[in-house]
Amino acid sequence: MIRILKNRILKGVVTRHIEPELSQEIESMGSELRSLIQKKFGRSLYIREVDTGSCSACESEIIAANNPIYDLQRFGINFVASPRHADALLVTGPVSKNMLIALKKTYEAMPEPKFVITAGDCALNSGLFKDSYYVEGDVKDILPVALHIPGCPPTPEVIIKTLLTFLE
Amino acid sequence: MPGPEIIAGIKNKLPGFNPLALSGDYPDEIGIKVNNSDFKDVCFVLHKMLPSPVMMLFACDDRSNTGKFSIYCVFVNFRNHEWIVVNTDISQENPHFDSLAKNVYSASLFEREIWEMFGIEPEGNPDLRRLRLHDEVCPQGNYPLRKDFKKIQAGSLSDFRFNRVEGDGVFEVPVGPVHAGIIGPGHFRFSVAGEPIINLEIRLGFTHRGVEKLFENKPCFEAIRLAECVSGDSSFAHSLAFAQGAEKILKASVPEQALYLRAIFLELERMYNHVNDVGGIATDVGFSFPAAYASIIKEAILRLNDKLTGSRYLKRVNALGGVLTDIDQANKQMLLSALEKIRHDFSELVKILYSSVSFMDRVDTAGVLLKKTAENLGIVGLAARASGIPTDLRKYFPGVYKQAGFKMALQESGDVLARLRIRIFEFEESCRLIEEFAKKLIDGREIRINPELKEGSALGYVEGWRGPVLYWLKIDSAGLIQRCKVVDASFLNWQGLSYAVLGNIIPDFPLCNKSFDLSYSGNDL
Repeated sequence: MIRILKNRILKGVVTRHIEPELSQEIESMGSELRSLIQKKFGRSLYIREVDTGSCSACESEIIAANNPIYDLQRFGINFVASPRHADALLVTGPVSKNMLIALKKTYEAMPEPKFVITAGDCALNSGLFKDSYYVEGDVKDILPVALHIPGCPPTPEVIIKTLLTFLE
Repeated sequence: MPGPEIIAGIKNKLPGFNPLALSGDYPDEIGIKVNNSDFKDVCFVLHKMLPSPVMMLFACDDRSNTGKFSIYCVFVNFRNHEWIVVNTDISQENPHFDSLAKNVYSASLFEREIWEMFGIEPEGNPDLRRLRLHDEVCPQGNYPLRKDFKKIQAGSLSDFRFNRVEGDGVFEVPVGPVHAGIIGPGHFRFSVAGEPIINLEIRLGFTHRGVEKLFENKPCFEAIRLAECVSGDSSFAHSLAFAQGAEKILKASVPEQALYLRAIFLELERMYNHVNDVGGIATDVGFSFPAAYASIIKEAILRLNDKLTGSRYLKRVNALGGVLTDIDQANKQMLLSALEKIRHDFSELVKILYSSVSFMDRVDTAGVLLKKTAENLGIVGLAARASGIPTDLRKYFPGVYKQAGFKMALQESGDVLARLRIRIFEFEESCRLIEEFAKKLIDGREIRINPELKEGSALGYVEGWRGPVLYWLKIDSAGLIQRCKVVDASFLNWQGLSYAVLGNIIPDFPLCNKSFDLSYSGNDL
């Protein structure tokens, strides 16, 4: 216990200051949908994450966005265990045929109002896996996507800034 | 003639055996071509004699050249620091071969893979359920890795048949494919009687993206970027194994500076993943302070990667013939001072964990994988070392690790604590190795050569943080990849998890799972 206290004090506060930044992807998004989402959710957002075939680097960065340095939760954004609790679905990776049913079922299990976010280049346009026999397509062909977080993988800072700007 | 003692050893057990051809193009690889009828016996003899699990077993569609399929079985001979690749031709009419799986268990998953991807039947294999092409979405009769396959043909779909445990009071708990955490998809089906797990069946393949098919007909210089995306947390190990295989074929000798740089990056990748898992194990017993502390250390290593190479996950760093990023004098100082701090923080983390009685109580004797089971299943890498099997490619194929005096981690008990201790030992060893390698760096030296195109086939291998990452490559004279077989350590080790959890309670499953921390995408390909 002494050791925990000692390290707690020595480490101090590691959390970084992050501010939203306006980027092009977000500006080009449908303004009607955006205002609806802002009205409904404000700055409190519960997200359910689904990996439909990513290489897990995106997952690693999304987890990193929740660590003490980036601390996504201080902005009122939480990752939840069940789609029943979620406002938004965060999808990573190209959609493998095997994940199509699971992806749709997860979306259907979410209560209204709901929307979909994609993270990482593969989720946007299937990236290097575009021509695969086993990739069903991009996420936007299957579900309506409101926001995309770019990168391969997107860094925690980009994830947080994009989400905050979207909700600002 | 290459490997005379190997051939003599086989002849000793199989009188009358004559190899059709022997090849020794590379000093670390012996190719033995055998008759179709000898294949099973030769593999069995090698498995017992070396001893080695089946490290790889895969098919190749050569019908356009020779009118035949061929299958390759790869063993490792630690004593002589070499790989043994046995291959045989298989006729294209009614393609089949005698199943190895009944004698050599570690062959069974590979045989299922050959059956689903090529339609070559391993005769006598008791379990031919498909691994990656799910019956619910992909009709039988589609064999994607055949050269004439274009796209999935429609047909009748069916349901997957799970192994069932039946009896009074036995019930099933299905979990997945979408899990509660931020993690890849997989389906776990527990059969439980009361609290303890009596059977766990793991069904994977959800992130199957057809990686091996995508490699085909790609220029080998470009395809390294695809190798980086096979498993995102091992992107450097995968790109390195790919590069080493291709460099063997292209007869490229990589500059010394690049060898040290590659070793440094490989160890950095090991470090951030090991500390991530140490934190993950703490999370899964609900010990949040060290979990948060570990994530701070992981972030420090990722940022270090970013500063050194411009990529937190070491993507776009490797290239055929060397590396694209050098570490200059200033960066070297930055690396060493960052490392010192990381090492200090890590030792604090370890002290916090080891001094907590309730933490130690949870990890000690949880999720035991017995040495015998691990040997039979062909478990490799970190999980094997935790169960008392001395296996580490860095020890037996040392390269630059030799002068650095590499020390292999080894534990006997095979439980979560053993796997934790392996990680802690290896993290500290990696710190030391990086310091050793950094001493050898000299500013301004060549870091990459431009190899010329050649055709051939070769095996690339790297000890990634989970275990060996193996790439078998075949490249044609235009530099296009004809076949690329990828085996991540996860492929064999997932079975280890399903045995390790037996007798444990379901609430301990996340803990056991994290102590293996296997890749979904690296397994599903």
